Formats: sequence, structure tokens, C-alpha cells
Amino acid sequence: MTTAHVLAGHAGTAHVLAGTVADKQSGEPFFFWLLAIVSVAAALGMIFMRKAVHSAMLLATVMLSLAALYAIQDAPFLAFVQVIVYTGAVLMLFLFVLMLVGVSSTDSLVETLRGQRFWAAVSGIGFIALLGTGFANAALGDSAGLKAANAEHGGNIRGLAYLLFTKYVFAFEATSALLITAALGAMVLAHRERTTPKPTQRSLSVERFRRGAQTGAHPGPLPGPGTYARHNAVDMPALLPDGTPSELSVNPVIAARTDTAHRHTDLRGKTERQALDKDVRAVRTVTETADSEAGAVAETEEVEK
Amino acid sequence: MSPGHYLALSAILFTIGGIGVLVRRNAIVVFMCVELMLNACNLAFVSFSRKQGNLDGQIIAFFVMVVAAAEVVVGLAIIMTIFRTRRSSSVDDANLLKY
Amino acid sequence: MKAEGIQAAAWLLIAFPLLGAAVLLLGGRRTDRWGHLLGVAMSLASFAVGAGMFVQMLGYDDAERRRTLHLWNFFDVGSLHVGMDLLVDPLSISFVLLITGVGSLIHIYSMGYMAHDEDRRRFFAYLNLFVAAMLTLVLGANYVVLFLGWEGVGLASYLLIGFWQFKPTAAVAAKKAFVVNRVGDLGLVTAIMLMFATFNSVDFTTILGTGAEHVGLAAKLTSGTATALGLLLLLGACGKSAQLPLQSWLLDAMEGPTPVSALIHAATMVTAGVYLIVRSAPIFEMSPDAQMVVTIVGAATLLAGAIIGSGKDDIKKALAGSTMSQIGYMTLAAGLGTPGYALAIAHLIAHGFFKAGLFLGAGSVMHATGDDVNMRHYGALRKVMYVTYGTFGLGYLAIIGCPPFSGYFTKDGIIEAAYNKGGTSGAILGTCALVGAGITAYYMSRVMIMTFFGEKRWQEGVHPHESPKVMTIPLILLAVGSVFAGGFLVLGGFSDFLAPVVGTPEEEHFNPVSAPGVATFVLMIVGVAIAWRQYGARPVPLEAPAGSFLTRAARRDLYGDAINESLLMRPGQWLTRLAVWFDNRGVDGAVNGIAAGVGGTSGRIRRIQTGYARSYALSMYLGAAIVVAALLVVNVS
Repeated sequence: MTTAHVLAGHAGTAHVLAGTVADKQSGEPFFFWLLAIVSVAAALGMIFMRKAVHSAMLLATVMLSLAALYAIQDAPFLAFVQVIVYTGAVLMLFLFVLMLVGVSSTDSLVETLRGQRFWAAVSGIGFIALLGTGFANAALGDSAGLKAANAEHGGNIRGLAYLLFTKYVFAFEATSALLITAALGAMVLAHRERTTPKPTQRSLSVERFRRGAQTGAHPGPLPGPGTYARHNAVDMPALLPDGTPSELSVNPVIAARTDTAHRHTDLRGKTERQALDKDVRAVRTVTETADSEAGAVAETEEVEK
Repeated sequence: MSPGHYLALSAILFTIGGIGVLVRRNAIVVFMCVELMLNACNLAFVSFSRKQGNLDGQIIAFFVMVVAAAEVVVGLAIIMTIFRTRRSSSVDDANLLKY
Repeated sequence: MKAEGIQAAAWLLIAFPLLGAAVLLLGGRRTDRWGHLLGVAMSLASFAVGAGMFVQMLGYDDAERRRTLHLWNFFDVGSLHVGMDLLVDPLSISFVLLITGVGSLIHIYSMGYMAHDEDRRRFFAYLNLFVAAMLTLVLGANYVVLFLGWEGVGLASYLLIGFWQFKPTAAVAAKKAFVVNRVGDLGLVTAIMLMFATFNSVDFTTILGTGAEHVGLAAKLTSGTATALGLLLLLGACGKSAQLPLQSWLLDAMEGPTPVSALIHAATMVTAGVYLIVRSAPIFEMSPDAQMVVTIVGAATLLAGAIIGSGKDDIKKALAGSTMSQIGYMTLAAGLGTPGYALAIAHLIAHGFFKAGLFLGAGSVMHATGDDVNMRHYGALRKVMYVTYGTFGLGYLAIIGCPPFSGYFTKDGIIEAAYNKGGTSGAILGTCALVGAGITAYYMSRVMIMTFFGEKRWQEGVHPHESPKVMTIPLILLAVGSVFAGGFLVLGGFSDFLAPVVGTPEEEHFNPVSAPGVATFVLMIVGVAIAWRQYGARPVPLEAPAGSFLTRAARRDLYGDAINESLLMRPGQWLTRLAVWFDNRGVDGAVNGIAAGVGGTSGRIRRIQTGYARSYALSMYLGAAIVVAALLVVNVS
């Protein structure tokens, strides 16, 4: 209701589609078609995107569209719950897990199960055809509208609350039990039993040096990336004192990406080699300048003495 | 708008979600598709609520959301556990329980 | 009428030998020392009771001689009420005296004959068991009790034939006797079932009526049912009495100890079939066809038995053939109807005496020659075995029908009765019987000459000697019976005695110089002469000559076994093989095929469980689509 009123502007053209709905709302056809197209497009995008993060974002779009549709249909409470719980909480949970699992992971588009896609398409088309037939056959008639129902207890939220704590109170209580169970379940599943004593700072340090003595691995922390040395991107390798770039300084995830060089060609040169040379030159210039300044300062001090 | 429009939209979204469950291999995406199906159902409930002129449909949609939230919590925990042991979130990799 | 006096204790007849058998079988080795004495005592006690009953019966009028004794209700099933009833009448008392009398003599003889056998106690137990069963058979007042005894006799016969079961031939012979008897039993059982279906009773009184008038239900039989019943009873009789076509077991049964041959396969058991036919006379009289078949079987068997007896070198088998032949006479007489019943029973009793005597004499000879049964190894035994020679000779004269010995009275009567039947069939049957008498004279003379006359053909180390008194005294007693029994019975009014049971023959007086009688006498002389010319006038070769076709056939029991094998055994084996094949391929194939099919199908269906959650989801989705489609179909239509 609210969203629809706020967004309602001009929807006269959709007058025909609205039919004879009792709680006819101005502009509803326009917003319906808009949101319908958006949500279907987003849903299709969701299942065709290779990256899970993109799918999650498109799902958020669908959910927001649905929230708006709830609002149009006199369900403001559900619309906000949709936004807050689904879009806000559930989807964030999804994204959180995605980050844990690996945001960079992408699905291969090659289907491994024989006939899976074909039959999925067949069953999907068949299913929607059947549902369509069912709706077409159903004598849906006109919408009764919720104005009276909402007004009975002084508003949609009050009406829902009234029902929830009278007619559906047992279901509500059962739901609370379900939520507690779910919380406990999540904790149990996420809990990891520690089988070895937790390593202390000291033991970690000892282990690091022992490994360094045995394999020659560097015992200290890895060098930081070249950020702020010349660029403000974490994919720039740091330069070692001799001017060569340190491969270790770049996050392995970033280093694995092959397009690092290309993204900076405009800035540094046509190839990676050129960019590197350019960087090395620039760094040398800076250090030499610093050296000469330092030499000048020293000389000045000596002179002062 | 007649309830039929909303129901048609609901059916389309539900079917898309179903196909997504069938074709996607990433467990998280599959799970998102399930959520999409639940949302499509909610839309149908809300539409029917409006059609009937009472709030019971909205109550059911509300319960669906609650259950979905609980399901997401547990489901994602399971996905995390599997990922932790198998280093994979593909539903096809967890296929040892077979003939 | 109910039994009184000693007859009320008729159950003791069966109880004594049954008790003896039980004590001897259950007592084990503790009874080894005195077991044979107990067996003889029990048999004699039974004989004493039987004799007492007989004397009591003679005191009654003809109409009162039929007495029944109800012991207990055997079983009641639906409308079938079977009581453990005994029937004492002239027919059964005749058998009782024969069984217990001859049986006791054979018991006594066995004490000597089996003296050196380790299992003598067991032997006497079986003998007692046999006597008990045989008495049950003849005393039963209904067909079920009769069948009880019938089967008991079969069991005892099996046990006694296979008494020396360490000999494979004895074991096989016992099995053969048992199996062949079962075939006959099938006929009897079916007959009893048919009787129950027809009369709703199995009781003699109800079915056959009381007295010679035969006013029982059998008088109302249709000829078809009567013929069926008659033929089924005949099948039973053939099995027990070794008549064609179930004759094959009797010759093999000679594997048993000789007293067994004497008791079971000559004097008593094989007469059970004749008893059955005479007892069931009212049924046979309702069906001339069945009677005709009985006479044909009898005539064929008497000739076949005589021919087989002529070809055997084994003394016991020769006598066994003779038994077949003599029982053929009885069956023939029983098939002739009222004129023949008394003759059949008279011949049966006379035969019981002289055949037992002959067998026991043969046993004595074998005892003397170290269990050698080949007559070609005998010769000139009359010089060392006076008693055996004398008693065997009297039995020989009795069986060939030499006047005035037993066989003359009884056998001539049968031949005459066959001719008196009239018509073509009468002539044929009479001629068969007449020829049989001639052959009887031939083969018995052959046995006699080869055994007791001629020169010694004894094997190395054989020193024949007379048997002990315990064996010779029964021989003497039996010889007395052989001499006088026939004349006593025929001239002493035995047919009058039996008349209350089997009716009075129209022409009952004995005619000593009838045409058949003369012809029989002449043929007898001819038979003896031929035998003398072949075996007495020239030396008997130690090895049997090849002989004519008839001789070879007789040696092989007229190919009875070959016929059984080719007609019954081979097809049976093929049937079994077919059944096995069907079982392996058909039944097992179906079962295994179903199992393999289920297994194979499951193995393939199993592949649906790919482990991919997405596949499962797809099937769920398709299922949901189908549910929606079903809902639509239901709702729209």
C-alpha cells in the first residue's frame, strides 16, 4: 500500500488490465508489469550467472521486487519483513558463506549428468504449462480486497498480530521451538572439536624457524604489497631493495588472476615486462634522489660540525 | 490487477527456481534457488489473501518466511561443514551414497 | 449274535502271539535264551483257544454259529463307524485252526531249523507277529480290521523274507514282495473306499448279510458297482496270493528261511486272497463278469505256476511254483461261486498241510546238505533220511492227487466243479485244471526223483544226515494231515460246516468215478511216467542242459520279471527322469529364473541411485508435475 502509493505516478494506460478489482489501486498495473519483468529477468539471470555472488545479488533484486509486490497487495508488514529478514538477513548470510567458501569460485557450465538439462527444461516447461492450465481453468473471479480485513483491527499489522496470537498461537509457539532448534543445529554443525592442543605464540614461532632451517623457507612475515609505493592497488608487487619485484608480496589469489598486467597497461606499459621496468626505474629514481638528499644532509651535518 | 497475474508471476518464478535447483551445481546457488521457490509461494499466498479478503494467507506467508530463515541457517551450516571436510561446495561431489 | 464262553475270549487268539512278539522284540538279548520257547508257547496257546472255540461252535446249531465280538470302537469319523470287531464263524474258525495248527508245528520245527542262527529270537518274534496279523485278518468283522491284519501280514512277510538281510538277494526280495503287495493293497483300499461310498459301511454284517442267504446290502448292488468292487478285491487278492499278474514276488520270497516259506508262502499268508474272495462272495455273486475274471486269473496262474515249477532246479522255487499253481486252483474254485467255495477252502486247508510238509521236508533236506538248494546236487537221499523221505513222499502223493490222499479229494472236486460250470468256459477252465493236474504230477515227481532217487550227486564234503526230532515230529504230524485232511474234509461234510457262510452247493456228494476224475488219474500217471523217463531212467546231469524254449521260459519265471521291467519299471524310470528334468528345468528354472530376473532387474534399477542429489531432485520435480497433471485431469474432467 505504502510503496505503491509512494511510487504511484501515472498508470492510466494499464487501466484495462486492472479489471474490476475491488481494492483497485491507482498505478498498480504499471508497477506490476515493471516488477514482474524485473523479477523474472533477475531470476533468470540468477540461474544463468556463473558466479555465485552475482546470483546472490540478482536474488536480492528479485526479493526486493517481491517486497514491492507485497506492498501493492496490501501486505505492508510482509513487505518490510521481506526486506529486513530476507534481503537483509538471509541474503547477507548467503553472501557471508560465499565469502567463506571462496568468492572467486565459478561453476563450470559443462553439464556432467546426462540428460539433466534436457529433462530439467522439459519438466520446467511442462510444469509451468500445467500450472497455467490450472490457473486458466480456475474460476478466480475478482479480488475481494483487504481493506475491510485490515480495517477490522485497526490496520494490517494489528490484524496480523491479532490472528497470530489467537488463531495461530500454537503454530507460532511451534515456530519458536523450530527457531531454537535451528539455532542449536547451526551451532552443532559449525562447531569443530579440537583434537590437538591449541598452538601458542611460542610454539608457532619455534615451528616457523624449524621449518626455515629445514627447507629454507622464509621465517619472517611476507613482504607487504607494493601499495602506496607508487600505486594504490594491492595487486602491485613490492620491490625488493635491489629493485626486483617480490612475487611473495602479492596475495596468491590476486596473483592467480591473469589479467593483472592488462588492467595496468594504460598506466605502465603494453606488457608486464615494460610495466615492471617502468616501476623499477621510477623506484630507483626515488631512492637515488633520497640517497643524494641523505648524502646532502650528511654533508651539511658534517659541514656544520 | 486480477489475482491471475500475480499467480502467473508466482508460477514463473517457482519454475525458474525449480530449474535452477536442477541445473546448478554450486550448493549455495541451489539453496538460493530454493529460496526463490519459497518466495514465489509467498507471493501466491499474499495474492490469495487479497483475493479472499482475509489475512490468513499473509500469516501463512509469514510462517513460510520464519521456516525459510531457520532452514537457511541449518542448510548453510551443513554446506559449511561439507565444504570444510571436502573442500568443495558442489552438490555433485557429495555422491558417495549410491548403489 | 454275541459271542459267549471261550468264543468271548477270541481276542486272546490275537493277543497271545502279539504279546509274544512284543516281549521278544522289546525284551532284547535278555530273552535270547528262552525266546523261542515263548514263541512256541504263545502259538500253542493260541491254537488251544482256537480249538476250544471250535469245539464250542460244534455245539451250536447251524444258524447260531455266527458270533461277533465287539472289543472297542476303532474310530468314528463322520458317518463312518468302525469297531474293533471280531467275527467267529465256520469260515474264520477253519482258518484259525489252520493258522494256529500248522503255524505251531512250524514254530516247533523252527526251533530245530534255526537253532544255530544268532537271531533266532527275532525270528520267533516275527513268526508270532505274523500269526497275530494273520489271525486279525481272518477274525476281523469288517473290512478295516481285515485290512489291518492284511497290512500286518504284509509287514511280517517283508520282515521274514528279508530276515537274512545281509544277503542282498534277500533284501531285494523283501523289498519286491513289499512293493508288489502294495499294488494289491491299493486295490483293497480302493475297494473299501468304494464300499463306504456305496453302502456307507464297511461292516461284514451290513454289507454281506448274515448266513447263507446273503441279505446284506450287497444283494442290492448294481452290476457295474459289483464288477468294480469285485475286480478291486481281486486285485488285492492277486497281490497277497501271488496270482497273475502280481505273482512275481513269490518266487523271490524263497530267499527267506525255509520255515517262512512253509508258513507264509505255502500254508497261510498266500491264502489270504482266497479268504478275501470267499468272504466277499455276496459281492462276487452280483457280478458274473468279476467271477469270470477270477476264474480266468485262477486258471492262468495254475498253469503258469505249474510250468514255472517244472523248470526250476532250486527245490524251494519249484515248490514255490507249485504254491502259485495250487492257489490258482483255489482262486479258480472261488470264482466258480457256491459250488466252489467249500472246495476252495477244503483244498486250501489240505494244501496247507501237504505244502507245509513239503517245504519243511525241503528244509530238512537243505539242513542235511548244508543249505544247498540245487536239486542236481541231491539224489539218493532216501537212504539216509528215512523220516524226511517218508513224510515228503506222503506230501508228494497228496499234492499230485493220488487216491486216497488229500489232493485227490480236493483237487478232483475243483476240476469236476469247473466242468460242471457248463458251457464253453466250463470246458476250457476244466481242461486247464486237468492239464495243470498232469503238470503237477510231472514236476512233483521230478522233485521227488531228483531229490530222493537216482545216484548220489552230493557236493564235496557234504554228509547228509537225518534232522533232529524237533524237526521230524512236525514233519510226521503234517504228513498225517497230508494223508487224511482232504478225505476227512470232503467226506466228513466240510461243505455242510461251511454252508452257513457260503451256502449249500446243489450237488454235494463226492463221486469217486466221474469222467474228470478218471481223466485226472490218467494224466497224473502220464505226468509221473514222463518225469521217471526223464529223470529216473537216466542219470541227472550236474549242469542243467540248455533245454527247450519252454524250459528256458520257465526258468525265467515265464518272463514275469522282464514283463514287469519293460511295462512298469522302465516307463516308471522314464517318468521319473522326466519329472526330474521338469523339476530341474521347469520348477527350478521358474524359481531360479524369477530370482535371477528380480536380481537382474534390481541390479539395473539400482543404477538409478546415482548418488547425485540433482537427479533425485529431477525425479521429484517430474513427480510433482505428474501430481499436478493428475489433479488437473480429475478436476477439469
